[in-house]
Amino acid sequence: MQSASPGEMDPGTAERRSPIAPPFPRILPCGETALTIEFGDDIDSSIHRWVHALSRRLRNLGHPGILEINPTYRSLLVQYDPWELSLEALLLHIERALEAVPEPEGPRGDVLEIPVCYDEELGPDLEEVAARHGLTPESVAAIHAAPIYDVVMVGFTPGFPYLSGLDPRLVTPRKDIPRKRVPAGSVGIADRQTGIYSVDSPGGWQIIGRTPLRIFDLARSDPFLVKPGDRLRFRPITREAFENLAYS
Amino acid sequence: MDSTALQVANALVGNGRADAAIEITWGGFRAEIGAGLLFAVTGAEAEVTLNGAAVPTWTTCKASSGDIVAVGYPVRGLRSYLAVSGGIHVPRVMGSLSTYLRGGFGGFHGRALAQGDVLEIGPPQHSSAVMRRSPHELVPPYSNRPMLRVVLGPQDDRITPEGVVTFLNETYTVTERSDRMGILLDGPRITHRYGPDIISDGTIPGVVQVPGNGRPMILAADCQTTGGYVKIATVIGADLPLVAQLSPGAQVRFTAVSLLEAREIRLRRELQLRRFCESVIHTA
Repeated sequence: MQSASPGEMDPGTAERRSPIAPPFPRILPCGETALTIEFGDDIDSSIHRWVHALSRRLRNLGHPGILEINPTYRSLLVQYDPWELSLEALLLHIERALEAVPEPEGPRGDVLEIPVCYDEELGPDLEEVAARHGLTPESVAAIHAAPIYDVVMVGFTPGFPYLSGLDPRLVTPRKDIPRKRVPAGSVGIADRQTGIYSVDSPGGWQIIGRTPLRIFDLARSDPFLVKPGDRLRFRPITREAFENLAYS
Repeated sequence: MDSTALQVANALVGNGRADAAIEITWGGFRAEIGAGLLFAVTGAEAEVTLNGAAVPTWTTCKASSGDIVAVGYPVRGLRSYLAVSGGIHVPRVMGSLSTYLRGGFGGFHGRALAQGDVLEIGPPQHSSAVMRRSPHELVPPYSNRPMLRVVLGPQDDRITPEGVVTFLNETYTVTERSDRMGILLDGPRITHRYGPDIISDGTIPGVVQVPGNGRPMILAADCQTTGGYVKIATVIGADLPLVAQLSPGAQVRFTAVSLLEAREIRLRRELQLRRFCESVIHTA
């Protein structure tokens, strides 16, 4: 029995299929222990919703040979154990997961609120970013705190969230010379990306503020505050409020 | 970094393959044994002594309370692995016994070992002491001039054809800026088709990235999980131990193998390792 592959509309059953067929992704090997599943080549919410939908579906189906599922802006990296799972079986598994993926879920759950103090001390690049775009630091803060962002992926260091939805007026390239140490909680911009440093680390992002929240905390029952697929918005707070929250 | 050395060292002392052991970089390790145990040192070619007398590497050794074990400077390679029967007892953090230095957690208080540290040892898994030497085929062909086998992609199409030829034919030198996150290489430039940047996506140890300066870098055990540079190829798992033993000045070359070949090599290796581990258990 021939079945239409995902992405092909079978004229005989078009009405019975879900209204939106997933874009058939490009599947490429990354060595012999991982596959990259690419849904496109852009930072676009429709693309990363498919990444997350497939990621969730694979997680739910579960397979002992699948070791790690790493969703990013426009692709999914699946790490597997070739001893437990042959490549053919893995591909079949992925195809089945793709066929079963319904229209990607709209934004799920609540919007996480992240308090941020946008000031020159906690955001040492705030003034420069403002000057670069012909804005005041206050405007930069207001523009940055306006949207609801999608957490597209978490990477680089434990818990570091990469967000999409940055206002084009704030797009700023990385610093020429990265800092040796960016404190945990720092909120930054790198090109079209914005994110939050989850642990102290070197970094080249433009830092415009800081949150008193611990984005990554091993002592917490769930160390990761922010997960791929979450949504968040930044809530500007005063320096005083920052100090109170940071040391409570 | 050198997963084969770690697993064989563990097998030699009757441990589980993933039990905690000690990774020693550039030698200079000395420890006093608290209670009698078996130990084994694998990895780099380095002088290992027990109370000053040389003992062989890749071989089970026996130590008694008060003995001094020392691992010297590697004459070839970079990292030695010291396993003891029962494994090093450290808490499991997020499912792992390893140390993540950048995050400051895992392993022994999230940091490198220092003089004066006291390590707890777990109870041995198997009661009898079995002295054995690792079979020759399990020891990776370490070299200062290794040929690393890679599977091309996933973004080899973002490198010019000339760039791919350069990558697979030229010799690259390991620079001093290399560490557990990645091996930075110097050598002929590899040219990009559309520039070095890609939209950040997933990376694993073994991935070879080509950043703006055109010099490849091999991601290693502590690499970040996402990266924004073109990935020309991935070093196969069987050759990651060779990468783990690269010291500054070592010269590497790359050769492409098919995905099928890479799988074959891996599965064969895994079978050898499993057979060895099982043989240890059955004779204990």
